[in-house]
Amino acid sequence: MVPYLATVIAILRKDLAVEWRSRQLLAAMLIFTLLVILIFNFALELDARVRSEVSAGVLWATFAFAGTLGLNRSMAIEKEGKALDGLLLAPVDRSVIYLGKTLANLSFMLAVALFTLPIYSVLYNVDLLNGGFLLVLLLGSWGYSAIGTILSAMAIQARSRELLLPVLLFPLVIPVLVAAVRASSFFLQDLELIYIWPSLNLLIAYGLIIPAMGFMFFDLIVEE
Amino acid sequence: MISTRGLGKRYGYRWALQDVTLNVRPGEITALLGPNGAGKSTLLRILATLSKPTIGDCQMANFQLPQQAAAARAHLGFLAHQPLFYEDLSAEQNLAFYAHLYRIKRPSERIAGLLKNFDLYLRRHEPVRTFSRGMQQRLALARVLLHKPRVLLLDEPHSGLDLAGVVILDEVLRGLAKKRTTILFATHELERAQSLARKVVVLANGKLVAASTGKSVSPSSVYRRALRIANRKA
Amino acid sequence: MSSKSIAARPRFLTLLSTLSALLILAATWMVFFFAPREAVMGEVQRVFYFHVSTGWVGMVAFLSAAIAGIIYLIRPDKKWDVFAVAAVEIGLVYSFVNIVSGSIWARPTWNTWWTWDPRLVTASVMELTFLAYLLLRQSMEDPERRARFGAIYSILGSLTVPLTYMSIRIWRTIHPVVIGSGDPGAKGDFSMTQPMVTTLMFSLLAFTVFGVTLLWHRVRLGWLSERVEEFRLKSMEM
Repeated sequence: MVPYLATVIAILRKDLAVEWRSRQLLAAMLIFTLLVILIFNFALELDARVRSEVSAGVLWATFAFAGTLGLNRSMAIEKEGKALDGLLLAPVDRSVIYLGKTLANLSFMLAVALFTLPIYSVLYNVDLLNGGFLLVLLLGSWGYSAIGTILSAMAIQARSRELLLPVLLFPLVIPVLVAAVRASSFFLQDLELIYIWPSLNLLIAYGLIIPAMGFMFFDLIVEE
Repeated sequence: MISTRGLGKRYGYRWALQDVTLNVRPGEITALLGPNGAGKSTLLRILATLSKPTIGDCQMANFQLPQQAAAARAHLGFLAHQPLFYEDLSAEQNLAFYAHLYRIKRPSERIAGLLKNFDLYLRRHEPVRTFSRGMQQRLALARVLLHKPRVLLLDEPHSGLDLAGVVILDEVLRGLAKKRTTILFATHELERAQSLARKVVVLANGKLVAASTGKSVSPSSVYRRALRIANRKA
Repeated sequence: MSSKSIAARPRFLTLLSTLSALLILAATWMVFFFAPREAVMGEVQRVFYFHVSTGWVGMVAFLSAAIAGIIYLIRPDKKWDVFAVAAVEIGLVYSFVNIVSGSIWARPTWNTWWTWDPRLVTASVMELTFLAYLLLRQSMEDPERRARFGAIYSILGSLTVPLTYMSIRIWRTIHPVVIGSGDPGAKGDFSMTQPMVTTLMFSLLAFTVFGVTLLWHRVRLGWLSERVEEFRLKSMEM
């Protein structure tokens, strides 16, 4: 068990190190996120009353789009120089690659979110420093990364991979987005937990079922 | 310790490899000769467990493939066409990562030793992106030897190497052969096979067309005969 | 197996095709002339029979594609892949009819072409999922990988569709619940009389038989094109 986790962490650290060295991805995701929020401002005319209800939706839509940048890039670094073969040659279970990559994608999403949320708070005067909101952020990002990593591993092997990933991803990630927006929105409005539970349960269920599928299928996806 | 029987690989309806039966013993450097497109890379990838054969048996270092592929990997080293590195990371970081994957004990010592052997120690902190093709090949060789594999598979290892690199490579391979490592390298250059290999196996159009059976048959005549046979069939 | 026996249409299929055509005609007659006029909604309610029948067959088609995918992953035989593609295509057509007929029904009933209720949205998401499935296949060159990835995606899709339904159900609902649960938020319910039930069951049968016929034709088409591809590649090698 411990060597397994150690290897997962090694892959996670490697992905973070690559990103740290080049810093291309985080910069792109951040700029993209801020621009999208700016566009939403004009598109929706977010006035004070509506803001806390709409904020959850705006933020999650933004993260969903920015997330595809991360997913694409995370797999692309394995494709250039065919580094993925290096991982496949190693005496490790292929699911280790899946878990490591999912955690890396999760880290990127959280990094972008933690940068974006304060800015959004300031711009729109909405208090996002809400424990429940951050919990939903974690659960939702986990579900998103879990399905995203599986699909980006498939898309990277196809033609027109950058076009393909969003098309494959969005239909399957809807449960996460809908539940996350619902739960986030209710947390921001300080509603009672009893109203939020169903959405949280769904997020947890998704966050267990999809990674289980990832564990089962990742080997089949990366092998030749 | 490489042994295959009736190995075949099919992509869609096209057979890339057909009925390949060969034996490579430890301590002998064996060359896999063949023109481009003959199936050398395909065969090596199957032996390296990166690809599964469609039919046939395959044994690597006493592990049955594909069932025991995961266990076999710890004892295999594969030098591919591509360097298999993360270009933004340094030489040392790349080797450290692979050392972790192979669970090498005292990794920093081993890495430093290999980097020195391959004359890369001075540039160990620089991103691989800045390395020349020759340097990347040398680094790839270092990576492949990290875990002291029992079986070494190399796909056109001399390509891109300058003279100094070739000398280092040949020296390393001969040294490993003496230590009873099984070595199989693919090349389309006859001279390489002749200078380095003891045995030769010739592949053309996915089929094994000839193999040198003993010291008496020189690689060049085997190769020429094989090409003649292959050209007649095509 | 001689080429004649592969290319020649099996006699049973021809019979089945004729039977389906007859059943569809009969069902259509029943829907318009046998089923009674519904009291509240009027004539437009007759869309309901097509809506439910096509919806049911569409879902079953997608589910069978996913099951074929599972079988393919366990035992990679090309025939399961050919079946899966055919099932998905049939499912897409049927589900599209389901969505459009639902929309046609919604307009006079709730005065809107589209409602964001769970069933309609889920049906659309299911449609998009399997359209993505076809796009995925189209982007893969290696036939073995194409089949494998298709299988995996159809399994993932089949898992997320129910989750989508639940997530939107948690959100809201106004879809009429015909048979079953007392959903407090539902509007537009109607109770079914015996002739209606008979018509519904018959349409269901007719559309299922029709679906199976289409599926069989499509599977044959797929299988034949595989053989053509095989011959083409073999001849290229010579």
